[in-house]
Amino acid sequence: MIPASFDYVRAGSAEEAVAALVEHGDEAKVLAGGHSLIPMMRLRLAVPEVLVDITEAGLAGITDAGDHLVIGAATTHHDVATDKVIETHCGVLAHVAATIGDPQVRHRGTIGGGLAHGDSAGDLPAVLLALEGTMVVQGPGGRRTVPASEFFVDYLETAVAADELLVEVHVPKLDDSWGWDYQKFTRVAQAWATVGALALVSSNGTISDARVGLTHMGSVPIRASATEAALAGQSTDAIADAAARAADDTDPPSDLNADADFRRHLATVLSRRALEAAVG
Amino acid sequence: MQVNVTVDGTAHSNEAEPRQLLVQHLRETLGLTGVNVGCDTSNCGACTVHLDGRSVKSCTVLAVQADGHEVTTIHGLATDETTEDGWHPLQTAFHEEHGLQCGYCTPGMIMAAADLLAENPDPSEEEIRDGLEGNLCRCTGYVNIVRAVQAAAAAGNGDGSSVSAHQAEEVSA
Ligand SMILES: Cc1cc2nc3c(=O)[nH]c(=O)nc-3n(C[C@H](O)[C@H](O)[C@H](O)COP(=O)(O)OP(=O)(O)OC[C@H]3O[C@@H](n4cnc5c(N)ncnc54)[C@H](O)[C@@H]3O)c2cc1C
Ligand code: FES
Ligand code: FES
Repeated sequence: MIPASFDYVRAGSAEEAVAALVEHGDEAKVLAGGHSLIPMMRLRLAVPEVLVDITEAGLAGITDAGDHLVIGAATTHHDVATDKVIETHCGVLAHVAATIGDPQVRHRGTIGGGLAHGDSAGDLPAVLLALEGTMVVQGPGGRRTVPASEFFVDYLETAVAADELLVEVHVPKLDDSWGWDYQKFTRVAQAWATVGALALVSSNGTISDARVGLTHMGSVPIRASATEAALAGQSTDAIADAAARAADDTDPPSDLNADADFRRHLATVLSRRALEAAVG
Repeated sequence: MQVNVTVDGTAHSNEAEPRQLLVQHLRETLGLTGVNVGCDTSNCGACTVHLDGRSVKSCTVLAVQADGHEVTTIHGLATDETTEDGWHPLQTAFHEEHGLQCGYCTPGMIMAAADLLAENPDPSEEEIRDGLEGNLCRCTGYVNIVRAVQAAAAAGNGDGSSVSAHQAEEVSA
């Protein structure tokens, strides 16, 4: 199947892209790597009238900004997964990016697209939540920052308005006190996560900060707050009991891959494994 | 819209509707029917080509997005630098190791494998299986495909140099 007809605008800068979005309003959609949008357009689940292509708008690249890293929204998953600066200072993000789809998907798909798409089954939202990263959004009135915790609004809906562009993703540098792991349960190779659990733990025997991001456990990506609370100030022996609470207060979807109860079960098991690996 | 794209070393300029997929442009406008279409969902990898030297699924790229860029397809993979007999080492290896049955997945498999070897000239079996994760084969059971990629890696002077020389040229061209 091929998409319905649309007009194509190739933006040469973020400003040009925003101007095109302002001009075309709700009819327009941003095109980044196209690896969520083009499949949806081929199935006619999305029928935008104008596509604003930002792949050549100068929005790709990774910068060391002192205590954090700045990643351009159009940076591909492949570049995030293989970049030495990210590997050194925020290895968990490189690790998660490397689990996305397959090599061809990672060569086109972008970090900005993976976040702005707002799919709780995507792998990037959980890690951005756990990292307590920040998104920089540009609109007609300039730039604003949105913390990851406020970015995901509903299924396929984020804080990015129709005339705005996600331009940068900021993630903190992690020092040696942090350990991490991502456990992703898939039914077959290359499939999306049935459930994923991202653990990011700062400890020296006693856990000072434990964060658990969950993939595909609701209409938006979430943190396992009961598990996190049960770990703060505890020894690593508390992990098994804390992880058993990973699905508390969650409302996961049921679909062909898993029903909600199985997802809740997976969330507890995967959180335990991820936490144990993170402190191990 | 006008699409100016270099495919397998030859510059082309053709009209394309924005909604035309790169795979349609290659097959229907340029007649390069070695680039196959195996699915509607971006899963199978039969349409894999190189865009500026990296493997991509050409069914999930718009033809207009390739404007100003370089594409390599299975038709152009074997070049003077990579072959003495008209075949790329991966093509020879798939032939000799029986890495195909119906052959439908083969062009995409070989293009994905060529990118894999360019990045990692001496991959382990696991690395080959991971590297070909985006390509489905409904016939072989993958065993002989993995063997063929191993054979091609070994044929590249043990370090895949013949394959990566081609890739290096593609990226810099
Ligand atoms: C076969 C296959 C397997 C996949 N497997 C996985 C997987 O395992 N895990 C996973 O996380 N993802 C997976 N994906 C999705 C992939 O990661 C996509 O690349 C990603 O979800 C979207 O990024 P994109 O750059 O391709 O965005 P696009 O498809 O171009 O855009 C997606 C949406 O975000 C909007 N958008 C994009 N960029 C911006 C921006 N900068 N500002 C504002 N809005 C923007 C678009 O308008 C659109 O609504 C898979 C995709 C495929 C085809
Ligand atoms: S035809 Fe492109 S992935 Fe199947
Ligand atoms: S050889 Fe038939 S699909 Fe692979």
